[in-house]
Order: sequence, then C-alpha cells, then structure tokens
Amino acid sequence: MNNPRPLTHVRLASPLKTSLIRTALATATLLASGLVLATPLAYVSNEKDDSLSVIDLDSLEVINTIEVGQRPRGITFNKDYSLLYICASDDDTVQVLDVASNRVVANLPSGEDPEQFALHPDGDRLYISNEDSALVTVVDTHTHEVSGQIDVGVEPEGMGVSPDGKLVVNTSETTSMLHWIDASTNQLIHNTKVDQRPRHVEFSKDGKQLWASAEIGGTVSVIDVASKEEIHKIRFNIRGVHPDKVQPVGVKLTSDGRYAFVALGPANHVAVVDAKTYEVLDYLLVGRRVWHMALTPDEKYLLTTNGISGDVSVVDVARQKVIKSIKVGRYPWGLAIKP
Amino acid sequence: MTLMDISTAIQRLATTSMLTCKSRLANLAALTITALTTTALTTATTVLLATTSQAAELQTIQIGYLELQQQQSPLLSNVLPDPEDNGLQGARLGRDDNNAGGKFLGLQYQLQESRSYQLDDLKASLQQWQTNGMQAVLVNAPADALQQLSLLAPNLLLFNIGSNSDELRSQTCLNNVLHTLPSRAMLTDALAQWLISKKLKKWLLITGTRPGDKLYADAVRRSAKRFGGKLVAEKDWTFDADLRRSAAAEVPLFTQTKEYDAVIVADEPGDFGEFILYNTWYPRPVVGTQGLTPTGWHRVVEQWGAAQLQNRFDRLAHRWMTDKDYAAWAAMRSIGETLAHQQPYAAAALKDYLLGPDFELAGFKGRKLTYRNWNGQLRQPIPLIHPRALVSQSPQEGYLHPTTELDTLGFDKPESQCRIGS
Repeated sequence: MNNPRPLTHVRLASPLKTSLIRTALATATLLASGLVLATPLAYVSNEKDDSLSVIDLDSLEVINTIEVGQRPRGITFNKDYSLLYICASDDDTVQVLDVASNRVVANLPSGEDPEQFALHPDGDRLYISNEDSALVTVVDTHTHEVSGQIDVGVEPEGMGVSPDGKLVVNTSETTSMLHWIDASTNQLIHNTKVDQRPRHVEFSKDGKQLWASAEIGGTVSVIDVASKEEIHKIRFNIRGVHPDKVQPVGVKLTSDGRYAFVALGPANHVAVVDAKTYEVLDYLLVGRRVWHMALTPDEKYLLTTNGISGDVSVVDVARQKVIKSIKVGRYPWGLAIKP
Repeated sequence: MTLMDISTAIQRLATTSMLTCKSRLANLAALTITALTTTALTTATTVLLATTSQAAELQTIQIGYLELQQQQSPLLSNVLPDPEDNGLQGARLGRDDNNAGGKFLGLQYQLQESRSYQLDDLKASLQQWQTNGMQAVLVNAPADALQQLSLLAPNLLLFNIGSNSDELRSQTCLNNVLHTLPSRAMLTDALAQWLISKKLKKWLLITGTRPGDKLYADAVRRSAKRFGGKLVAEKDWTFDADLRRSAAAEVPLFTQTKEYDAVIVADEPGDFGEFILYNTWYPRPVVGTQGLTPTGWHRVVEQWGAAQLQNRFDRLAHRWMTDKDYAAWAAMRSIGETLAHQQPYAAAALKDYLLGPDFELAGFKGRKLTYRNWNGQLRQPIPLIHPRALVSQSPQEGYLHPTTELDTLGFDKPESQCRIGS
C-alpha cells in the first residue's frame, strides 16, 4: 500500500488537476529527500462482498481490495491508525486488521451481530452495538476481553462517545431512543425518545451538542448534551422526492462548527445544513441509498457510501459540489479515513 | 470468571431487577451494589425516562390475543401447511419488542392468549378481559367472527390481524377496529400496478370454488378497472381430479383461451393454484394467490433492516414469519409506540393517537407506516414475492397520490363509506 505511483498514472481530471500536480510534486520532492509520505487513504466496508475497498485520496481511485469477515459494516481506526476495527456482523466478531500488512490479526469478542461501534478517546475501550441482542458490549482493546455489557432497546445501532470521554450514547432503532451511558460506570443514566428508527449519533467538537438522525421519522434531532433534551428538530424537503423517502442516516459535522452534512438514504441526496442556524442550505445529489460519510483529515472532501449504486461519492466541501464517484464493492456501508 | 465479570454481572442484575420487579433478590442485589459502589444506586434511580423512579410504580399493560382456530380443509397441494401458531408468535414478538423499550419507560407488556375452535369461548374471554379493564385486543378470526366480537366489546380497541375482507374496509365499518393485515384490494392493487408497469395488461383470471376465492376474484376485477388491466377471459376451477398426476394434461386445455399476458389465480387456501405454473397454454407468468404473490410479509423480505426482525422472529418461533405474524407484530408495536409517547393506555386515547397526525411506525418496509383515518387500515407497502425472492414492492414508481402513494393501494377515502376517525 501507499506506493507512490509514477506520475504517468495520474489522470488529471479537471477540478483536481492543480491539487494533484501539487501533491505529486510534493510527493516527488519528499521522496527525493528520503522522507516517507503517507498518502491519506479511505477504507470502505462492502457489506455484500465481505471486503474492504481502499481508496487513495490523492488520486481518488481504488488501489486495493482486502478480503475480510462476513457482512462487514462499521469500521474505525485505533488512535495511531495502525489497526482497523471491523464489525464482521455475520461472524459475530469485531476483526482487527493490521493496517501495515492488511492481515486480520485478532478477533474481538464483540457479542452477537456487531453493527456499529465507537472508540473511546482513551483508545482502550470499544463500545459495540449488538444489533440482534439489544446490548452494548464494551471491549478492552488491549486485553481483548469484554469489560461490560449494557442493556439497551431493540436493535441498537448508532454509537458515539463524547469528546471528553465521559458519556457514551447508543441509539436503538426499534425502541427509537438515545441511551446515555456513563463511561466510568457502564451504567445507563438516561434515555431520550426521538423519532422513528434512530440510526446515527454525532457529538459536536465542543461536546455540547449531540446530533441524532431518525431514518423513518425523516428528521435529525439536535440534543443539548447538558440537559439531554432536544433543542431543535431538522426536517428535509427535496423537490420531487416523496417525504417518506427522505431517510436520514449518517451525520458529519465540520470541526469549524459551520456545516453539518446529513446522508438522506434512498432520497440519494446529502443535505448541507448550517450547523449554527440549523437551516438546510442545499441538497447534493450523490449515489443511490447514501448512508455513511467521512471527512478527509483536511476536511476538504466528504466521502459518502452509496449502497445500491455500489460507489462512493466525493463532495468538495468548500464548493459544495459532488466532484467524483468511485466504484467500490457491493453495498458499501462504512467509511474510515487514515491520514 | 474475573472480578470484573462478576461485578458487571451484578450491576446488570441490579439494574434489570430495579426496572422489572422488587423481589427480595433485587433488593439483595441492590444492597450488594451499594456496598460495591455508592454511585451505582444513585445512577440507577435516575435511569427512567418517565416519572417512574421506583420499581413499585411499574405499570402492567395487558393486551389480549383472540384466535378462532379453523379446521383446514383438505387441499390438493398440502405440502406446506400453515403454521399452527400463525399470528400468535407475531404478537409475542411484538410484546417482547415493546418490553425491550418499555422497561426504560416503566411499562411492562403482557399478552393474554385465548384460542379456540368455538367463537363462544372467545366471547367469554373477551368479556372477562373487558371486565378486568383491558383496553386493546388482537383478533385473528374471519370477518363475521370479528364483527361479532367487535359488537360485544364496543369500548375496547380491536386490531384485525386475521381478515383481509374488503367489506370491512369499505362498507361494514367497525368503529372500534383497526386493520393491520392488508385487505384483498390492497394485495390485488399491488399486483395490478406491477403487471401494468411490466406492460402485462391482458389477464386470464382463474377462480376457485371457495368463498374467499370469489372475493379475491372480485378484488382482481376492481383492480383491473382501477389500473387499466383487461380480463380477456375468466374461468372457474371446478375440477376434482388429482392434479398432482394430471396437471400437465388438464391445465393446458383449461387455459386455452383468448391470448393473455398473465394468468391470475384466485385460490386462497392453495388448492389447485400451484399446479397452474408451467402448465398454461401460453407460456405466461402466473400471479395472484400462487406464483408471484402480493402479501403483507414473507421471509424473503430482508431489506430496510427487516433481516433483524426476521432473525428475532426465527429465534422466538423457529419458523418463517408470515403476513399474519407481521400484522400481529405491527398491532403490538402500534400500541407500544403510542404509549412511548406518554399516551394513557385507554382504548379511546389509543384510537385517537393511532388515527391522528403524530403516529408513525417503523415497520421494516422502507417507509413509515400510518393508519387511514377513515377505515383504520394500516398503510403499508406490499411486497411481491416468489417463495425464494422478493421480486418487487408496490406501490410501483409513478403511481401518484395527493396524500401518499401508499393510498394507491386499497380503498382510498372516496371509495370507502367508512369514517371511523372523528
């Protein structure tokens, strides 16, 4: 991986032309000076291909495909990006991929049907949603042992840990609640009812807000973390798309607090939301059934997984335009980016 | 077991116990946990979302399940009989799903089950439950039995999970009944939309001898008129030969009519319909009660998170989830969702909320489910399946409606005399 390709292989698509040349030149310079430059990479889990596609974020092309366990969904890196955790749902395990060798080096005891998870900021604890058994399982990433299990509602899915590491939030899709867990005791401390089928939660960078999508409700709730109460509900309306098909799943917030991006599922659009006024600014047409998203480290691009069309759309964040779609495996689901 | 495991186990036990019972064991566990860590108790007491903070205030929600069991008549193709607990297991799963969320709200759902071949037994159960203050009952029974039960308990809310009668959705309007099972008209409309979308416009209709078959055929005729299908020929199946031996000889001649694009079979119990496939005079698709079938639910539905529901059902019942199971589950979940929005468990309040603008149910069919406020029918997409795959789901693309495309299936407000919502 990370092989700097010869310049002749770089196809210079128009909007990327200058940046690519610049990167390529930079790469060449650094290589010449003997430094190793890591190209940022995006890892995409392909739910129905049991594989990961690896996208080079300079060329925006798939450079590798890695075979993994059955039905890979949520994926996330450890703190130093040496390991990638993979929810292999149908294998009832979380696989640990060694990023340097692309080999699965361990299986974590995740509980049944792991779907999504979140890594605690301390890097020691992985909070895993067990979709089939209404549990959140806490796994110690060093000892590979289960350090706790917490009862939550039916079909737990979205997981988030507050930036200060004190709170863990899980969403249960059929019970339609946010379950708040005290990270120090593994105790459930509060439940917040939201609209139908909450899929994903995202803390704001300052930890004061929690954004929660409700897929069937068609809304995104902005929750005040201190009071655990909803302070705003965002609704979406796309011309020519029936409201029932507007089904929010993934949410991403830019670190400057300016924008929120919301993936709208079978509406095939990503909503651009002003994160301060909660006003929907635009809808960007992406691939079919868009679910999860990730921002590149410089937050220049937003990547989306489009399950039915089997591709990843690349959104230019500053210009708010979709600039490319990249064919990956069947039913791409999760995304994780390595700087 | 490590110390961590033990303490985790105790903590889980304590939390669960506080929420569900106040047995001595729970108190003991609570004491143990206080000794272990003083914060655990204070944390546990703030767990509940609603006003309830003590186990003693846990509210029990009693819901009834009535089933008029039927002797199955002998059929030619009786290889796969209906499961004996058809519908009942769906209600049980709905109860379990409700309880998984209810424990955070101080609610515990219980299902009272009464099943009999005698309608009188069911009437006695219903009256008893009514006296005991029960508010909602699921009914798995044919239309006439449902009607009698509905009259017997006018102050209870009943959920029809067993009858696909069109009459109950259009003319005979039962004020205290909501229908979670799709009507025949919804099924045939779903099929007709698919046929027309595929440009299969000329149909041969074959109808069996039983009353349900004739009602299904009526629904097909209505759908043909609605969506522009043309019935080029209609035939009644009256043969009593054993088709397992002679289908290849009998059916081609029987289906030698004016040319059609598709054959629609109206054979609800599955008597002869299975033998029409691959034996028709013209090589055309067979659809309806056999072949490509519109149904409320089937094992092959796995999109939109349905795989999880199917897995839960399979673990509970060890068989495939049917349309009646789904209807029962949806009824239970409708009650659960209503109470989760701080509504009281009272028949009138339930009905008002379910027929009102705030109710929505995530039902694993790709869009939210709501009730039609004129006839109490649960709006829902209809899967079109063959036994091993989902072929399509109606409403089909392009069938528009001013309110919701789901109302292109079944009796729309102007087509129904019912006005059960106030």
